[in-house]
Amino acid sequence: MPTYRPGPVSLALAVLVALFLLMPLLAVIPVSLTPSRMLAMPTGELSLRHYRSLIEDPRWLDSILLSLRIGIVSSILSTVLALTFSLGVWMFQPRFTAALVGFVLLPMVVPPVVSAVTLYFLLTSVSGLTSFFGYDTWLGVAMAHSVMTVPFATVLILVSLSQLDRRIDLAARGLGASVWERATRVIMPNIKFGIVTAALLSFVLSWEEIGVTLFITSVNAITLPRLMWMGLRDNIDPAIAALSVILIIITVLVLIARSLITRRKASA
Amino acid sequence: MRGTLSDRMGAALLMAPLLLFLILAYAWPFLGVVKWSFTLPTPGLGQYHALLTDELVQSVFIRTLRIAAIVTVVSVTAAYAITVVWVRGSPVQRVLAEFCILVPFWISVLTRAFGWVALLSNRGLINTWLQSIGFISEPLTLVRNEFGVIVGMSHFLIPFAVFPLASAMRSLDERVLLAARGLGSSRMRTFWTVFVPMTRSGIIGSALITFVFSLGFFVTPAILGGGRSVMIAELIYLRIFQSPDWGLGAAISVVLVVFVGALMALLFRYVKPKQLV
Repeated sequence: MPTYRPGPVSLALAVLVALFLLMPLLAVIPVSLTPSRMLAMPTGELSLRHYRSLIEDPRWLDSILLSLRIGIVSSILSTVLALTFSLGVWMFQPRFTAALVGFVLLPMVVPPVVSAVTLYFLLTSVSGLTSFFGYDTWLGVAMAHSVMTVPFATVLILVSLSQLDRRIDLAARGLGASVWERATRVIMPNIKFGIVTAALLSFVLSWEEIGVTLFITSVNAITLPRLMWMGLRDNIDPAIAALSVILIIITVLVLIARSLITRRKASA
Repeated sequence: MRGTLSDRMGAALLMAPLLLFLILAYAWPFLGVVKWSFTLPTPGLGQYHALLTDELVQSVFIRTLRIAAIVTVVSVTAAYAITVVWVRGSPVQRVLAEFCILVPFWISVLTRAFGWVALLSNRGLINTWLQSIGFISEPLTLVRNEFGVIVGMSHFLIPFAVFPLASAMRSLDERVLLAARGLGSSRMRTFWTVFVPMTRSGIIGSALITFVFSLGFFVTPAILGGGRSVMIAELIYLRIFQSPDWGLGAAISVVLVVFVGALMALLFRYVKPKQLV
C-alpha cells in the first residue's frame, strides 16, 4: 500500500526545528566544563570544578535534599487525594461529576501566576498560626505543590480507571465485597500502573516547580529550582550548567528506558 | 446503578478529602485575592480604574499580547513542520522527531531558559563564535530584550503546540492525499490545498493553547527579558514583592483569569476536548 510521506522541503524544515529544539540543551555542555568562575565558553582547558561544587557546596546539597523531601511528601499527598477522589467518581458515578472534575482541574488551567498569588495569600494568612506551616516553610511548599500537581494525578488515574472493565467490580459486588474490599482488592490492583505514573509525575512536577515556589519562599525553604533561579538572576553561576547537564542526561536516559519498555510490551 | 443511601455516603466519603483540600487551599484563598483587588489600599473599584488609566500597566498588557501573538505564530509554524515528520515520516524519522519533541518537553523550564542564556548572552556560544571568525567585533544583544523572550518562549511552547496538531494529522484520511497526488497535484499544492485545510481544528487548538500559555508566562520572560521586557506575570510579581501594591497585583490577576477563561470557552466552542490530546 502506498503511503503519503513528507517530501524534501518538509524534511528540511523539520530538521531546522529539531536543531532549534536541541540547541539550548547542547549549549550547556561546554559551559559546564569551563574553568572560569563566570559564565563563559571554555578556552583551551576544561575543568570539572562546577560538578564538584554541586556535591561540596552545602547550599546545593541542602537544596537537593529539600526538593527531594518536598517532592516525596507532595507526591504522596496528591496521589492519595487524587486516588480517593477518582475511586469515588468511578464507583458511584455521582451527579454533577463533570462539574466536580472540572473544579478539581482548575489549578491546571488557571494561569500559574494567578495560582501563585492565591497560594501566597493562603500561606501568608496562616503563617501567624504556627511556626512550621505557612509562608517560607517546607510544609507550606509541599502543600502548595500538591495543589498544583493534584489535577495531573487525577487525570492520569481517571484515564486508567476508564480503561477498566466495570464487570469485575460488579462481580465483586455481587459476591458481597464491601466498598473497601472492592477498592483495595479489585480496583486498585488493576490500576497499579496509573497510580505509580501519577505519583511519579507529581514528584517530577514538584521537583522542577518554580513559578509558585518563587511566590511562597524567601530565605528558608530554598528548593533546587529556587536556588537555580537565584543563580540565574544575579551573577550567573556555571554550577547551574553542570546541574543542567546532569538533569538532561537523567531525562534522556528515562525517556530511552521508557520507549524500550513500551516497545517490548508492544511486541510481547 | 442503584443510588442507595450507602452508595451516596461512600461517594461522599471518598470524594470529600480532595474537594475539601481544594476548597480550603485554593478556592477560599482565590476569593481572598479577589477581595484584595477591591479593598487594598482603599475599598472600591480604584484598582480596576487604575488598570484602565495607568500607562505602565497598559504598555505591559500590550507588550504581553504582542509577544503572545508572535510566539503563537512562531510555535505553531515550527510545531507543524516537525509534527508532519513525527506523524507521517518513515519509522526512523518518527523516532528521531519524537526524541526531539519529548526531550525538551520533559526538561525543566529553568534549564531550558538557562540553555538560551548560554547560547545568546554577550559571552555566550553564538557571540563567542561570531567574534572568533571575525564576523562581528562587538557582541550582538540577543538577550535582555524582546528577541530573547520570544525565542525562549517559543522553544518552551513548541512541544505543547505539537500535540493537538499531531492528533489532527493522525485522524485525517490518507486516501484523500493519495487521490490528490494520483490526480496529478504537485507535493506543494497537495500540502497547501488538501493537507493543511484538513488539519484546521488542530491548528486552532494548538494556537489557542500556545496563546493562553504565553499570557501567564513568568520564568522565561523574567530570565531572558532581564527586567527590560516585563510581561503581565512578572508585573504581578513586582507589584506584590517589590513595590508592594497588593491590590493592583490582585486586580491584574483577576483580569488575567477572566480573560483566559473567555479564551478557554472559545477554545471548547471550536474544538472538542478529545481532539487536544
